[in-house]
Amino acid sequence: MAGAALEIRDLSAGYGPVRALRHVSLTLPEGSVVAVLGSNGAGKSTLLRAISRTLSFHGGAVTGGTVAFDGRPLTGLTPDRVVAAGLCQVPEGRQVFARMTVADNLRAGALGATGNRAAQAAALRRVHELFPVLAERAGQRAGLLSGGEQQMLAVGRALMAGPKLLLLDEPSLGLAPLMAQRIAETVTEINAQGTAVLLVEQNAAIALRLASHAYVLDVGEVVLSGPADELAASDEVRRRYLGVVDEDAAADASEAVAAHRTLSVWEGK
Amino acid sequence: MTTFAELLLNGISIGSVYALIALGFVVIFRATEVVNFAHASLLLAGGYVTAVLHDDIGFWLALLAGIGGAAAVGAGVEFLVMRRYRGSNHSVLAIVTIGVDILLTTELTRRIGTDVLALGDPWGDSVLTVAGVSVAHTRIAAFVAAGLLITAFLLAFRLTSWGVAMRAAAENSETAALMGVRLGRVSLGAWAVAGGLAAVAALFLTVFPTPGLERSTSLAAMKAFPAAILGGLDSTTGALVGGFLVGITESLATGYQGDLTFLGRGIGDLAPYLVMVAVLLVRPAGLFGTKELARV
Repeated sequence: MAGAALEIRDLSAGYGPVRALRHVSLTLPEGSVVAVLGSNGAGKSTLLRAISRTLSFHGGAVTGGTVAFDGRPLTGLTPDRVVAAGLCQVPEGRQVFARMTVADNLRAGALGATGNRAAQAAALRRVHELFPVLAERAGQRAGLLSGGEQQMLAVGRALMAGPKLLLLDEPSLGLAPLMAQRIAETVTEINAQGTAVLLVEQNAAIALRLASHAYVLDVGEVVLSGPADELAASDEVRRRYLGVVDEDAAADASEAVAAHRTLSVWEGK
Repeated sequence: MTTFAELLLNGISIGSVYALIALGFVVIFRATEVVNFAHASLLLAGGYVTAVLHDDIGFWLALLAGIGGAAAVGAGVEFLVMRRYRGSNHSVLAIVTIGVDILLTTELTRRIGTDVLALGDPWGDSVLTVAGVSVAHTRIAAFVAAGLLITAFLLAFRLTSWGVAMRAAAENSETAALMGVRLGRVSLGAWAVAGGLAAVAALFLTVFPTPGLERSTSLAAMKAFPAAILGGLDSTTGALVGGFLVGITESLATGYQGDLTFLGRGIGDLAPYLVMVAVLLVRPAGLFGTKELARV
């Protein structure tokens, strides 16, 4: 299963008079993990809504530019067509169907799948392998799961559609550091199985470790972009998104140590 | 005691019919968050189709046509009217349904005129008497039919993909869309199902001992509103409980009207609303409704 490329060119979007994205361009190579960083209100969620075509739920609209997946334009499609094209989004704040059981949540995820029964059974097996806890809790109401389990369910639900590209909106938000770590490992695993990932994160430490490329959004514009390791080393990113100020400490704090430290810093937000 | 048993059985039977109507009401509300004030006119449309056709094609086919007709009218209203307003405020949509109701009811009452139309049902006015308790066959048929339909509906709601899509859309329409659920289809399906259920209810609202389908039948259908509301607008269980509660209350209040003369005549018509007000005073969200929760 080879991932496919997402190509965003000059994308602008807004909510009424408010412009939330300005001329954003982004490329996601086949089978890769690309991260989008930025603080609150930078336009990260707007970008995902523009890709998944759900801006209208928030009174917004794409005002210019194109989004293409696998060479096919997504602009102008309805959300279900976007899912059918192979993109599935895990929305911010998990948004599991709290009144439905875990099993029914996963069934809901398969509603947009284009594959046959066998493909869906395989998707369910894959999800249960990734998150055994979802198999254990199949009959339980999703609202009763812990935050981390809900995030697993949200990711699992999206995987049920058998996407070629998974759009993740702040998967670590509101999770304990250890759980955020587990979700991060899962993202790597999902990617290793051939699904490309567009990861939107405020937690730059995690995102830069997972991604090969990263884009930094600020007030709706791409202000920085490049290979993740270069961005991780850039002073600008370190100061603004990794919470590292002291140069020496920054040197010490590289790699995993940095990740853990900054996690605790960001945890307080 | 016999009177009480008869009244109770009649109440349960008519309650199951109200439950059918209320269920349609709840389905539309859950799928689209719209309070459908046009529901009574869907019911009238279904009954009218059955009444007009039963002479030519027989009762059962006419009933099917009535169900199909009401489902088509429901789907038509969704497709031609409601869909244009998608994204508007829900209270705006509710008012749109009032407009649709006025249009449909006016046309149907014009066609019905002052006639009382028979629906040609096979039960007639025969009565079953067991141990001194008499129940009309129509009442038994109503209970059985409503029970079967409600069971089938609830099973479909729980087990089929259609049901999963419906519940997902009801809980969070944006996330459902992200999962590839076609919201337009869900809402179209809800309106059609509600129409079909209403057509069956129309049959049992107009059979013996009621004279037949007349322009005031839609008023009888209105009693399902308090049923749906007191059960909690977004709960299928609530619609069932509410339907039975309203049916039984109405039946008992009408039956014991003689003992309640100090309240004046017509207490039976009033009782459902009294029950609704009483329930809402204690539980503002209805018996099984989801409470509005505000995140602080």
